Amino acid sequence: MSFMKRFSQNRLAVIGLAILVIAVLFVAIGPLVYPTDQVRTVLESADLRPGVEGHPLGTDSLGYDVLGRLMVGGRTSLLVGILAGILATVIGTLWGAIAGYVGGIVDAVMMRIVDAGIAIPAIFLLLVLSSIVQPSEWIMILVIGFVSWLVPARLVRAESLSVKTRDYVVAARAMGGSHTRIVVQHIVPNTIGTVVVNATFQVADAILLVAYVSFLGMGLQPPATDWGAMLSDGLGLVYQNAWWLILPPGVAIVLVVCALNFVGDGLRDVFDVKGKTA
Amino acid sequence: MSRIPDSLPATVAQQATVARKRPRRNPYLFFLLRRIGQALIVIFVVTVVVFALLQMLPGGPARGVLGVQATAEQIAQFNREQGYDRPVWEQYVLFLGRLLSGDLGQSFLLNMSVTDAITQRLPKTLLLTGLSLVIALLIAVPVGIFQAVRRNRGADYTLSTLAIVAYSTPSFFLGMLLIMIFSQNLGILPANAPQGETIAAVLAEPQRLILPVLTGAIPLVANFSRYMRSSALDNLSEDYIRTARSKGTPFRLVLSRHLLRNSLTPVVAMLGYQLPVMFGGALVIEQLFNYPGMGLLFWSAAQSSDFPVLLGCVLVISIATVVGSLLADIIQSVLDPRTRGGIA
Repeated sequence: MSFMKRFSQNRLAVIGLAILVIAVLFVAIGPLVYPTDQVRTVLESADLRPGVEGHPLGTDSLGYDVLGRLMVGGRTSLLVGILAGILATVIGTLWGAIAGYVGGIVDAVMMRIVDAGIAIPAIFLLLVLSSIVQPSEWIMILVIGFVSWLVPARLVRAESLSVKTRDYVVAARAMGGSHTRIVVQHIVPNTIGTVVVNATFQVADAILLVAYVSFLGMGLQPPATDWGAMLSDGLGLVYQNAWWLILPPGVAIVLVVCALNFVGDGLRDVFDVKGKTA
Repeated sequence: MSRIPDSLPATVAQQATVARKRPRRNPYLFFLLRRIGQALIVIFVVTVVVFALLQMLPGGPARGVLGVQATAEQIAQFNREQGYDRPVWEQYVLFLGRLLSGDLGQSFLLNMSVTDAITQRLPKTLLLTGLSLVIALLIAVPVGIFQAVRRNRGADYTLSTLAIVAYSTPSFFLGMLLIMIFSQNLGILPANAPQGETIAAVLAEPQRLILPVLTGAIPLVANFSRYMRSSALDNLSEDYIRTARSKGTPFRLVLSRHLLRNSLTPVVAMLGYQLPVMFGGALVIEQLFNYPGMGLLFWSAAQSSDFPVLLGCVLVISIATVVGSLLADIIQSVLDPRTRGGIA
């Protein structure tokens, strides 16, 4: 119970959690309550202002209902962001735990690979990869996961360096526990605070990365969309003051990413983890 | 759980730390060499990654570089000339040799060498990111110190929350908001970046630089003010601050003479690690404001699958990042000798 109590003491974290719940309900249940056609374009009802002809947030230049598109696009943004963030966390945790536990030359080689990965900005690598393979949702999850596991790897390595000198690890070794067993049973569970906190930030960053890639026109093919692609579609209409095409997806991204950061900060207080690389 | 033995043989890692405690003739020189060696290894890994990407190109490197229209003869000739018909390790050695002589390949779409294309555009990107960086530091340093002094009060919470909001805002959305507010509704700032060929021509239209520079600076303010706040907090609890205050030095002077200098050091080190963030920002900002720098070059190359330009840019940016963090670490080690051992 004290876990919930400490978390609920952080007001921003509670607000963040509420925003996340609403966002998930919005994209998961929203299209059932408010069904719209997001595949066929209806050019007769294009570029409508909010409130006209039963379109609460108006329509875009292809006639798609913006509110409905926000739900469908949000599905992609959240699904890709969450799964990619989790994938990155899993890869990074195992990588860091092994590097820190084994140490020596293996550690040095593994960490130089991490350094090199950090030196190549993820967004540039993503654009190169998406011009090689046509991105689908699953490819985006894999690719974003594989370019953003570096920060958790560093954090977990640092933790595992200290965990492996603890008596219980030394004892497990002395009793003949295998290396795999020690990494999986002792090192990883003892870095769980760091891992959970960092996973929250990873998902936040992954949602941002998806938006960047889609905004730069290298995301999913239409009519599939996500919040970043919606902003990219609205870009041409900035000069017509079509704010209803820009504010909804933009605000949605900011709200969800902020909420994840707030929740991450709250979890960090609960787990008493030091340091963060946002 | 069974009984834990009283003493255990030292692990390999423990033995290694014992061995490392032997005194060295010149620890600082050792630190420098070690750090430079690490940077070289990282650059080597980066070249391997880029080479692997080259091999992954659809239809192999020749098809990727020459484009889909290339004939079989052209591909065969390219493979012969560039050595792509040899074993992979030999191809890599040739690739590395070309890189070392500054040859990043040829863009058949731009009809110029990749090195020329990049050297033409890079100064403009450096100008844009440099201006954003300076403005961001001018804002973030005082803000961070203010927050540290007023820690855990209303103003500190508000500014920290604002920093998270700014960090969570994709820079393209921020840029679009600024365009909507300042060029569409207020009509006071142009939304198009300067198109001049030279740096001087770009600087001749400063009003056109305001929005792009601001879009780049705001996320950096968010990052730097957080580093500055925590660095200043660490230093505020140090003895030298208490000594200065108890001598009767006015608090303002304590802040400007002692706290500022000491808490800036780790922030300087962070600058090197912010380079990927800044280059990533430039990519979006240049596309949004149509500013002809390296970001726009990269974006157009991605649209037209101009792989030589894409890979060339990735290499240049990554190496710049490695060198940037190396320089940052060295500068920090000069300013603060305590950090000389602290690199894994």
